[in-house]
Amino acid sequence: MVKPAIATPAATNPFFPLPFLVISRRRETRDTVTLRLRPLSDVRLIAQPGQFMMLSVYGVGEVPISVSGLPRRPGELEHTIRAVGSVTRHLVALHPGDQIGVRGPFGTSWPLQLAHGQDVLLVAGGLGFAPLRSALLAILRERWRYRQVIVLYGARSPADLLYRRDLSRWLQRPDLVLRITVDHPDQYWRGQVGVVPNLIRQVTAFFEPANTVAMICGPEIMMRFTIRELQKHGIPDERIFLSLERNMQCAIGLCGHCQLGPFFLCKDGPVLPYSRLAPFSEIREF
Amino acid sequence: MASPAVIDVNGLAALIAALQQEGYRVIGPIQRDGAIIYDEISQLNDLPFGWGDEQEAGMYRVRRREDNAVFGYAVGPHSWKRFLHPSPVVLWRARRRGNEWMIEEPVEDSPRLAFLGVRSCDLHAIGVLDRVLHHGSYIDPIYAERRESAFVIVVQCAHFTPRTCFCASMGTGPKATQGFDLALTELVEPDAHRFVVEVGSARGAAILQQIPHRPAEPTDVTAAEHAIAQTAASMGRQLQTAGLPAALLANLEHPHWDKIAQRCLACGNCTMVCPTCFCFSVEDRHDLTGTVTERVRRLDVCFTTSFTYTAGKPLRQSIRSRYRQWLTHKLATWVEQFGTFGCVGCGRCITWCPVGIDLTIEAAAITGREQTTEGVV
Ligand SMILES: Cc1cc2nc3c(=O)[nH]c(=O)nc-3n(C[C@H](O)[C@H](O)[C@H](O)COP(=O)(O)OP(=O)(O)OC[C@H]3O[C@@H](n4cnc5c(N)ncnc54)[C@H](O)[C@@H]3O)c2cc1C
Ligand code: SF4
Ligand code: SF4
Ligand code: FES
Repeated sequence: MVKPAIATPAATNPFFPLPFLVISRRRETRDTVTLRLRPLSDVRLIAQPGQFMMLSVYGVGEVPISVSGLPRRPGELEHTIRAVGSVTRHLVALHPGDQIGVRGPFGTSWPLQLAHGQDVLLVAGGLGFAPLRSALLAILRERWRYRQVIVLYGARSPADLLYRRDLSRWLQRPDLVLRITVDHPDQYWRGQVGVVPNLIRQVTAFFEPANTVAMICGPEIMMRFTIRELQKHGIPDERIFLSLERNMQCAIGLCGHCQLGPFFLCKDGPVLPYSRLAPFSEIREF
Repeated sequence: MASPAVIDVNGLAALIAALQQEGYRVIGPIQRDGAIIYDEISQLNDLPFGWGDEQEAGMYRVRRREDNAVFGYAVGPHSWKRFLHPSPVVLWRARRRGNEWMIEEPVEDSPRLAFLGVRSCDLHAIGVLDRVLHHGSYIDPIYAERRESAFVIVVQCAHFTPRTCFCASMGTGPKATQGFDLALTELVEPDAHRFVVEVGSARGAAILQQIPHRPAEPTDVTAAEHAIAQTAASMGRQLQTAGLPAALLANLEHPHWDKIAQRCLACGNCTMVCPTCFCFSVEDRHDLTGTVTERVRRLDVCFTTSFTYTAGKPLRQSIRSRYRQWLTHKLATWVEQFGTFGCVGCGRCITWCPVGIDLTIEAAAITGREQTTEGVV
């Protein structure tokens, strides 16, 4: 085991990552793993569902990754990472005992307070389930605070489904409406086939549009169609929350990469109500 | 603050020496390789005596002046950003021991800098960078350290005809009234080459005490005011700023963006010369043994496709969208983000654009406003 070794100048310099240790690695799919991290210093980084951390592989680089779970012990972090490029490939290859650097937490969180006493609709596409899983776990921990809880989840294929153990547990729960769909079924798939926005009309009986808070994360096209569908069913724009992705180099509003109009998505986002995004949502390449 | 004083050319030499004595590296204008740039100066003779320039959209040339003015030029390709927001910089270094990484701050003593010859537009540009890098919820430690120790000597704009700049429109010049330690106005009268000195801080007053000077006469002050007023009256460009942010954001699909895109090369010159463009990228590099690694940041340019690389592809693929991002950031969204325009009207982006794209003209065309710029064909 590696011992805490590093004085932590992070308080003065926002670019310094803190040392963390990988304590477990769970394989989710062919290219995706969930890592649990424990701090090697005394500093506790407390992230809210929806926020993200900057994870560093020394010598390779740093990438924004959402928190996908709740800490089991104070200061622990859980992240689900898909290998798509140089840094994420290295992250996915880490094993218990390996050290990584962490900065954060950054950005806005899912509006869990706003959702108290309301129906909650979570719509996830692909890896977009990672940030929504932490929201769902927080909701289920205080299930009594919410009315109906509805989760719609779409993956490319059955092999791409994340969090299988969670899914089978959640499917048993009477206090949770969970619908899953895949774009490309395999020969064993018994569930639904098609895109996530199509699931919405199956669950309209469960939510009252004016008293619903919707939270969406997934590929841009999926979010676009989901918003349209939610609007059609009468959920107001200011109750539809999205988590957006942009290139992020600093996460602290200084590098300029993550801008969308007036927003720095690293600090004004990544979670924003659609009402604030609507003016720009039809502008291509903005 | 103290009442104005007057120094002569020897006083200017003494000022440089006094700053050096105080431990400052003095950065000032130098005529080098056909441009007036900013670099470290060791003595009076490094300054560009008798040099001026000609500027137009897409054109810059130094030329000999008929007089011996030291500061008789408009801003060149460099700005103080070069020293306050340097690039590249090492953010940290990590050393590997077995399975363990130790992170160290790079040992680099941050220099105390004295800026000699800061124009009013550039003083305001530093004010803009302050808001972005120093006054937000996160502070950039590299900028903060350099900025806090910097000694600022303004030189008021006089004795040249501004061609591509438009500080009067932006409310950023040509006269700087605060935010400096000392401000000089050059008067190039034959046999009376002198500088009227305004004091803007206690630090400035202390330095002035160390150099030969005399109190300014009313005639000195009037002559200085007159020289600056002449600059203000001969601005080469204008930009109508009232209501501009909203007007630009209401025209994000205006066909004129396509016209600009046909000319723009996406070279990024405009962002590199701009004194307020602050964007950077971060990368890791390591030695061959893989035991030492550095995280390095360098200024980046929103005109590259890699700038917006997200989820496997660039978000802003077309040049149209990249120019639009740049212009709307400078003149619209910046206001919402930081309470000020991202443009101080220095004109550098106009001068250094290889194809002569002029943001004052483009902004006017897109918002359908009157373009009153004179001297533009
Ligand atoms: C706020 C925020 C939260 C995020 N949360 C998560 C998360 O929880 N889990 C997670 O795995 N990712 C998450 N991401 C995305 C993650 O940051 C990127 O995948 C990562 O930055 C890619 O870096 P890289 O060095 O691995 O790839 P790069 O080296 O930058 O890219 C190399 C190659 O990978 C491909 N590529 C890059 N990014 C993506 C992408 N997103 N999708 C598909 N292909 C890509 C490109 O085609 C490119 O050829 C999040 C992003 C943001 C902005
Ligand atoms: S946008 Fe152009 S004119 Fe405005 S501050 Fe930048 S370089 Fe100067
Ligand atoms: S506007 Fe001019 S300087 Fe700026 S990127 Fe386009 S061609 Fe280059
Ligand atoms: S990621 Fe750098 S400004 Fe947002």
